[in-house]
Amino acid sequence: MIRPSSPRPPSPELQEKGEHTSRVQASARRANARVGVREGGLRAVVAAISIAWPTLAATPIPAQQRQPSAASNPVVIASKPFGESYLLAEMFAQVLEARGIRVDRRMGLGATEIAFGALRTGAIDVYPEYTGTGLTAILHEEPKGDAGAVFGRVSREFEARWGVHWLPPLGFENTYAIAVRKETARRYNLRTLSDLARASPRLTAGLTPDFIGRPDGLPGLTKAYGLHPRAVRSLVQAVKYKALAEGAVDVVDGYSTDGMLAKYDLAVLEDDQRFFPPYQAAALVGPRLWREQPAAVAEIARLSGRLSVEQMRVLNRRVEVDGEPVGKVAGDALREMGLLRRSDAPRASAGRAATGEGSFTGYLWARRGELWRNTLRHLLLVLVSLVAAVAVAVPAGVALERARPAAAEAAIRGAGVLQTIPSIALLAFMIPLLGIGVIPALVALWLYSLYPILRNTYSGVRDAGPEATEAARALGMSPGQVLRHVRLPLAAPLIMAGIRTAAVITVGTATLAAFIGAGGLGDPIVAGLALTDTRMILSGAVPAALLALLVDAALALCERWVTPGGVR
Amino acid sequence: MADDPSQAVLSARGVAKRYGQAVALDGVSLDVRAGECVALVGESGSGKTTLLRCFNRMTEIDGGSVLVDGTDVASADPVELRRRVGYVPQDGGLMPHWTVLRNVSLVPWLRHDGEAPRRASEALEWVGLSPETFGGRWPRELSGGQRQRVAIARALAASPRIVLLDEPFGALDAITRAELQTSFDALRRRLGITALFVTHDLHEAALLADRVAVLRHGRIEQVATADELTAAPATEYVRDLLSRARMVAA
Repeated sequence: MIRPSSPRPPSPELQEKGEHTSRVQASARRANARVGVREGGLRAVVAAISIAWPTLAATPIPAQQRQPSAASNPVVIASKPFGESYLLAEMFAQVLEARGIRVDRRMGLGATEIAFGALRTGAIDVYPEYTGTGLTAILHEEPKGDAGAVFGRVSREFEARWGVHWLPPLGFENTYAIAVRKETARRYNLRTLSDLARASPRLTAGLTPDFIGRPDGLPGLTKAYGLHPRAVRSLVQAVKYKALAEGAVDVVDGYSTDGMLAKYDLAVLEDDQRFFPPYQAAALVGPRLWREQPAAVAEIARLSGRLSVEQMRVLNRRVEVDGEPVGKVAGDALREMGLLRRSDAPRASAGRAATGEGSFTGYLWARRGELWRNTLRHLLLVLVSLVAAVAVAVPAGVALERARPAAAEAAIRGAGVLQTIPSIALLAFMIPLLGIGVIPALVALWLYSLYPILRNTYSGVRDAGPEATEAARALGMSPGQVLRHVRLPLAAPLIMAGIRTAAVITVGTATLAAFIGAGGLGDPIVAGLALTDTRMILSGAVPAALLALLVDAALALCERWVTPGGVR
Repeated sequence: MADDPSQAVLSARGVAKRYGQAVALDGVSLDVRAGECVALVGESGSGKTTLLRCFNRMTEIDGGSVLVDGTDVASADPVELRRRVGYVPQDGGLMPHWTVLRNVSLVPWLRHDGEAPRRASEALEWVGLSPETFGGRWPRELSGGQRQRVAIARALAASPRIVLLDEPFGALDAITRAELQTSFDALRRRLGITALFVTHDLHEAALLADRVAVLRHGRIEQVATADELTAAPATEYVRDLLSRARMVAA
């Protein structure tokens, strides 16, 4: 049985088969009752730990008892690119760090496909996910059943298909929420969505485009409740709540844990017909961590059942509305729950640098170390992918000039098609092949750079000074000499123009590398978007824009240098 | 025809060339003797430029044979052949990214001639351009006439015995053209060069060429001196061509 007094519940002896099995069997029954899990395995142990929590919580681990984690690998913790995901992932990270387990943060990974793809293939170890998302976006199943049934379903399927484990839910749901001003709720006596349907012909709805379109959004809501607002306005997230507060619209869609609900003091209407699928938040654990570091898994599971919707709204508000650093908010929350000792100060890297007051330049100065690292990483991504693209596309363009024109056009169009693949899709596609991080980012940037260089090299070499080329041949230059002494020098300005185009595009596209954990100036952009922190966004966007100008200016010098005299 | 093939420096024997369905040359035979200057005249599409380019293998023929210095060009290395035969294109064809001196040095340089710059300077003198003044200029800094002079200097810099010219003075104004025609004629005679040139101007042909070959639809209508052509046109077409030329001149 679990020793409630033990500060480190699933200790190394857990890996001994016999004890493991009996412990699992004993605890599984209790786990089932709580989270509706039927299968055994470590998850049950973890569930049991979360039940035994109250006793454990009282005994924060003294520093000297921290073991230098059984595995030398740091635990790779990731989040998706929105505030709550950052916050939860940061809590996972700080809980582990407080126990001396090394952590590698990969925050703001693209979206569900990228984060889950990275988890499945072992590029990351854990990230916060929602059961409803797992059911609909990953398993592609119809949203049906109550919270327990959905958790049971995703638990079974994820383990069977990918060896991926859902830890017991954190305790709150972040589902769609329909909100109105309190004053509206009073006037029309609204408490549930059924009440809203009744009053809807007199109300104007302001909904996100996504919600208006998706089947589990407005169309389904209309069908389930007979909701028929007087008008529906399409509003983006950023202005929705302001529009509601100012009376421009009466009803908005949101998320139940949205910090804005707390800020504007809105009434969230109850989904009395249980239309929205349950979106319980839980830690999703990859196969490697589950197998090799049960102690780390158990530490993260200490958070299970500990976070309420009201608590999350307040925490999200502190991050998204008040602009407090994620690391600080996460640390405060953990201390309040007794999971972190008062003395466990947030690590420097855990928290984003203080946002505080002051000028933008002051803000940048305060973050200069990070800014410098991000810029260098960004420049590295751009230069390496660009050099590789030049090394491939220039010879290829020259070679294609010798090919039949139809074949050459076909090849170049092929490279052009690559350009049309949305970058997120390309990045997601590459995870199974290359994982996450710098390598897939370089490959993606390289692919995007090929087309402008290839097209310009081919056209430039083909169309370079037709009279001069003809005369050079007629006077006895060999084909190689014509290429080297006439075509290439005359095509140089056009080739350089292609490289400049590719470079500027790459500087911009490289900001998306943050979605697959490659770092660079995209990091503050993605994080700033997630945390609605404009200064943070600008601290990535402004240097990226300057870098684009700088790279272009440097290449303009190169262009001048390679352009032969006489044709300048 | 009085030509003795053994004396011919350039020789075409029943040469045929098609571009897809279009017949460009339809069994053309022509001999050019050492030191002779022959003009190819005819309308656009008559095949005159195609015939000219057979002699440096810029045109690959479909039938017949072409001999340069008694050797079948089909068995020659085209690159090596072109370095032996001077060539002047209509538009000059100067390398825009090379100075005048480097342009003129091209063929000696390709032939690994250690004295390429000296030969280029000399060739510039031949065409009346001072190497000191013009050698360092870019082609874009030259007038049309100067450019054409440079092109001629470039064709002659390696002292070839044969020069092919494709409407060399066609794009020039009348005064510049007359100037260049005169200086080219004198230079050619002085250096003893065999020349074959394309023109659509019968007066130019009469002025510069020892003999004139009239082409039509890929065939040679007549080859003769300008005087013979006038006195005894071999075909109705030649007679018409001459009478039209006289009208233009009048």
